[in-house]
Formats: sequence, C-alpha cells, structure tokens
Amino acid sequence: MNKTIKELQTGLAQGKFSSVEITSDYLTRIKQLNPDLNAFITVTEDQALLQAKAADQLIADGKTSALTGIPLAHKDIFCTDGVVTSCGSRMLENFKAPYNANVIDKFEAENAVMLGKTNMDEFAMGSSNESSFYGPVKNPWALNSVPGGSSGGSAAAVAAGLTPAATGTDTGGSIRQPAAFCGITGLKPTYGRVSRYGMIAYASSLDQGGPMAHTAEDCAIMLQSMAGFDSRDSTSMEKPVDNYSASLNNDIAGLKIGLPKEYFAEGLNSDVAKCVDEAIQQYQKMGAEVKEVSLPNSKIAIPAYYVVAMAECSSNLSRFDGVRFGHRCEDPKDLEDLYKRSRSEGFGEEVKRRIMIGAYTLSAGYYDAFYLKAQKLRRLISQDFASAFEQVDIIAGPTTPEVAWKTGDKSADPVSMYLQDIYTISVNLAGLPGMSIPAGFVGGKPVGLQLIGNYFDESRLLNAAHQFQQNTDWHSQSPEVK
Amino acid sequence: MSLKTEDVKNIAHLARLAISENAVNDYARDLSNILHLVEQMNQVNTDDVQPMAHPMDAQQRLRDDVATEPNQREKFQSIAPDVENGLYRVPKVIE
Repeated sequence: MNKTIKELQTGLAQGKFSSVEITSDYLTRIKQLNPDLNAFITVTEDQALLQAKAADQLIADGKTSALTGIPLAHKDIFCTDGVVTSCGSRMLENFKAPYNANVIDKFEAENAVMLGKTNMDEFAMGSSNESSFYGPVKNPWALNSVPGGSSGGSAAAVAAGLTPAATGTDTGGSIRQPAAFCGITGLKPTYGRVSRYGMIAYASSLDQGGPMAHTAEDCAIMLQSMAGFDSRDSTSMEKPVDNYSASLNNDIAGLKIGLPKEYFAEGLNSDVAKCVDEAIQQYQKMGAEVKEVSLPNSKIAIPAYYVVAMAECSSNLSRFDGVRFGHRCEDPKDLEDLYKRSRSEGFGEEVKRRIMIGAYTLSAGYYDAFYLKAQKLRRLISQDFASAFEQVDIIAGPTTPEVAWKTGDKSADPVSMYLQDIYTISVNLAGLPGMSIPAGFVGGKPVGLQLIGNYFDESRLLNAAHQFQQNTDWHSQSPEVK
Repeated sequence: MSLKTEDVKNIAHLARLAISENAVNDYARDLSNILHLVEQMNQVNTDDVQPMAHPMDAQQRLRDDVATEPNQREKFQSIAPDVENGLYRVPKVIE
C-alpha cells in the first residue's frame, strides 16, 4: 500500500481500479493501523466514499483534473467546511469550520478525495507531535519513537500507507522534519506561494503550507494544485505558478550545490552526517558541482525564530476567547474569568508557554529588545542566504541533527526540543523554499537530506530531488507495520 | 534574565491565562530557560540593520472598501458556545 499519486493516476486513467476501490482500501488500512499510530484525528469515511463515487463518474465522463479521485489526508490545521478542525487542541475539539481553506477548495475543485484530518502538535507548536491534545503519534519505523512535528500525523500516515500523500504546514520545519523522521518527501514552498487562507495561524510571517508524499514527483503534482495567488491571503504573492512536473527530468549536470559549513559542524550526529555525505557524493556522480558556502548567522537563528514565532502566536491566539467559537469554561463569574479559564482549559502547556513568552516580549518597553532585534537578525540570516545563492543554485545539508528520538526523551525540557530545529528554521526566517528527501537509515530510522532553493525556485528543488530519487531507492522503502 | 513568580503571574494576566498557584514555579523555570536561549540574540550586533517583517519586503495590498463577505450569521452562531436571539452571550460587563 505505498502507491504513489503518479501510479494511482495511471491506474485510474487505465481503469485498473476505481476511486471508490482505492478509497475503500485506504479507509480499511486506516481502520487497521490508526489505533496504533494515532495519525488521524478525524476520518471522514462517508464523505470520502461520496467524493470517490463522484470522481469515478467524472473519470467515466472523461472530465478529469490531475487529482480527480486521488485520496488525500489533510493536516487538521486546514479548515474544512462542516468537518471538525481541531488544530490538535482541546480549544477546537468541537469546532466545525464554517468554511474551507483555500487549499481545500483547490483540491475539491479537482475532485480529490479527503480521507480525513491528521494529528499534529497543538496549534503546530512542537517538533515531536507530543503536544497534541489527541495523544502522540507513533513513528511507523519505530513505534517507541516520535514521528517529528508538527505535521507528524501527515508524515506517519504517508509512511505507513494510510494515504498516498498529505498536506502539511511548516513554520520552523514542521513539514521537513517529520518528513525526514518518517522517511518521506516533503516540500515547504516559498513564503507566499501557497495561500494561508483558512490555515489556522501560528506565526503569520513564517507559516506556509505544502505537500508531503512518497516522491518528489508526487510533491510536484500536489504543489501544482496548491500554489497560486489568493486575494484572501494578504501576503500571497502575485506571481505565475511554474509547471513543476515539466522540469523534473531536466539534466542536473553542472548544478551547483552549496554545503553550508555551519550545517556540518558540532552537534550533527556522525551517522546522520555519513548518510548526508553519501547523498552529496551521489549528486556528484550525477554531475553536480559541490562547493562549500557559509551561513554565518545560523547559530542565532533559533533564538530569533522563537522570538518571532512566540510573539506572533501570542497575538494570533488572542482570538480564542471563549465567546464566538471554541472551548468555553463552565459558569464564568465575569468576563475576565470567562477569558482566563476558557483559555487555560482549552490550551495545553506548550501553547501556554509560547503565548506567555510572546506576551512578555511584546509588552510595553520590551518590543525593541526582543521582536525588533529578532527582525533585524532575520535580515542578516536572509542576507547570508542571498550571498550563498550568488555562488550556488541550491543548498544541501542534513534536515535534522539526529534521527527520530524516543517518545518522552525531550518533552520535559522545551529548550532541548527547540535546539533540534537548527537546520530548518533559517529557511522560514528567510522565506525560502526547502525540501526533505529520504537519504538513508541510522539504526533502522530514516535520515532526511535537506535541499534549500532560492525564492520561487521550487521547480529546481523538485528537479534535483526527483533526479536523486531516479538514482536511489531510499524513498521507496516502507516500514513494516501490520 | 530570570523571571520571578510575580513576573509569571503578571504575564499570565496579560495573556489572559489562569495559572494555578502550584504551577507558577514550573512556568518561572521553563520561561526563564527560554529567555536565556533568547538572550543569545545579543551576541550579534545589529546596529544599522533594517528589521525584516516580510521575506520579500512586500507591502500590504490594499483593496476597495466594499463588502465582499455574505452574511452567514446563523452558520457562524451554530458553532458558538452561547447565543441568544442572534447575539453572543457573555457575563454582564456593566453593572
């Protein structure tokens, strides 16, 4: 059950199977495996079968789009009209979104099938999926280990064959890190490429939705549907969308790959480093040229990121007040009590910590020392990348310093978990596109190779990733889950 | 920069969060640890650096000031915790 979107498209077009058949197969597998993996929060079985039936009719009538009849799962951060959209929080346990996210509208317009909503760290705040109100997700490669986060449910679902592909969102690595930990392919597009409308906000200047799938080819197909200008997202970019599949087979001979020396320094697990080195050698065999580059401000990316993210989260999550939607406490004695108890009962610990740090850094007298300082560092980090991209076409390195850790190992110490985001967060601060692709195993757990591109250069990233996958088979390996 | 228990209570109030008395010390420790991490920002001089609010320095798009959203009061109120006669109910604010 680890078919790609590409294979399903072909099978549907040739009449080898119907959308109802494959949708039923995935729903059966979800029923079998989800109780162990906890990758889905909501399974929309009835709706999925209706959508599949409608898709089969369209296929019979020859009226198809790229994703017609293809089952997909969506991170529970994307609003889905009439379906609970919990964002991994108790706060939104009963929140049936009154509208669709732009991304969901786009998939519906192509008559894709929605299997359900995937588990995630609460409000996308976490790197291990342990902060979900609905319980931790297990890594299909090692059930005692985390799947990564915050899009851990999507990553685990794809890896275990519960869905051919899924959506994720990435604020500081939340697509790429779980993709690396679960041995799948994930793409965080350029900031502004995919609409944030209806994607529940965490840190608005960093959040970006993207595809998670088995292959770069599938990510290209999904991104084609997701990308594009949307007037309802004030930071959506008015820029034409490339044909991502068209350039997948371009020859990468002469491609200049930069290796940031800071990404191979102290802190990187030596076995992970070995896998990444071998992947780079593979690129050299394929004709790419490798060159060392420097991103000197990488070390302050973590503090800068957490200041920006927590300040914006504190502001965004002030909308949860127990009045118009979301959790409300019992018998509030006055308005302040209503706000305070509704929020304290509705939010989990990590969310509360981040809101509090954010409220502190934005409080009177502290703005310049924290948020403004972080925005200035953001400029320096972005300039580091700009200098590197004067010399190279893409940047490559590890996605994470180590492979998936054991559930519980880092949950008691928030800072130790934040430090794991070292290689992914700079990309969000700069707003660049980044991918993680499977590049080997350490102790039976997957390793991710990160590829970073220049602004709106998703085509080149997907091309480089696809060419790697034509010459390696890490991406086609599946965990044994039963 | 370490936070005292009084600081934590004040921040919780600003953020409209009720923090139980026996959790205040844990928050003081965790939040202080995060602020120690954040202090590393001061290792880098940023005099004369322009702050970056948007990765592409894009400007806020403007639109004509016309109503574009349809009225969906009933749909929106169907997910509200407490409504009456089309209004959202909250505890009495003015005596």
